Amino acid sequence: MIERLGILAADFAMLSLLSVGGAVSVLPEMHRSLVDVHGWMSSREFSDLFALAQAAPGPNVLVVSLFGWQAAGMAGAVVTTLAMILPSSLLTYYADRLLWRRAGAAGWREIIDNGLAPITVGLVLASGVLLAGANISNIPAMACTAAAALIAWRTRVHPLWLIAAGALAGIAGIV
Amino acid sequence: MSPEGARNVPRSPGELFYAFMKLGLQGFGGVLPVARHTLVDSYRWLSMDEFTDIVSRCQALPGPNIVNVSICIGARHFGARGALAACGGILAVPFVMVLMLGVLYSGYAQLPAVAAALRGVSAVAAGLIIATALRMAGSKRLRSWRAAFGIAAFAAVSVLRLPLALVLAVAVPLSIAAAWFGRKAAP
Repeated sequence: MIERLGILAADFAMLSLLSVGGAVSVLPEMHRSLVDVHGWMSSREFSDLFALAQAAPGPNVLVVSLFGWQAAGMAGAVVTTLAMILPSSLLTYYADRLLWRRAGAAGWREIIDNGLAPITVGLVLASGVLLAGANISNIPAMACTAAAALIAWRTRVHPLWLIAAGALAGIAGIV
Repeated sequence: MSPEGARNVPRSPGELFYAFMKLGLQGFGGVLPVARHTLVDSYRWLSMDEFTDIVSRCQALPGPNIVNVSICIGARHFGARGALAACGGILAVPFVMVLMLGVLYSGYAQLPAVAAALRGVSAVAAGLIIATALRMAGSKRLRSWRAAFGIAAFAAVSVLRLPLALVLAVAVPLSIAAAWFGRKAAP
């Protein structure tokens, strides 16, 4: 168990520093580690836990707490959450104090933002496709994903309504 | 947008903690809009311009954006203590709630009705993430040939299944260099 917690800590600390654009960008990498490499959960469980995190309030990053929970219980949840939050937070704290407040930093930030923006979009899309892929053989579920994407993209409907509709569609046996 | 004179400051790390706790609990699928409303309009700790500036500082760094924003705003007022208070405020209660969901999941995921509901919610959750990507793709930062870096990153992760560290090690320097040259060409 200690070994497992160590792997979780190392993996998520690295992902913390790779998570350009936020935790959702690194979902495929979490999937690779938790499901493909270590087999600590199934693809189905991975998608379920992500769905649960979406249905809860708070920052999206807390999905890592659920992954930690599933992999190694309460200690796992604490380890993945701290590992995911601490490195990037320390970097932000010091970058903000030492670099970003300097005169001329704004120009560099603009360049870095412009450079990262397309990559972030690509990674977030990859995460969406990964999650949708869990239902690849279930045509009604794929239709449900497409409809939710279209509505959330094109309208200002609150995401909780869509999540509730998804739950109802599931219970009704549609997906 | 509040005029300069009408601005407030947080009185203590405790007040920071409380404010960030409140806004964290209101955010579903994206806390940033709630943060703007709470910090700029309600508490008036920042002007809209300052808020936008802090968000852009944080976007250039890895990590969950809203957590980074809480670190910067907290640090501005009470240094490391403030950063800890704001970051703790936004995470503590949602962390406990998410764990309670985890406990319920472990206990009830086998029930057919729960499994069915989760199947529906996970289908929707995938759609919400795709919608986030589509919205971000509309940004003016992507109206350039450099959007190709996004397509390449997507293909590398999604189709080729390359390790993320490798993809970023190649794509990030190239994309930032391209952004730098793009800037030089259009002063």
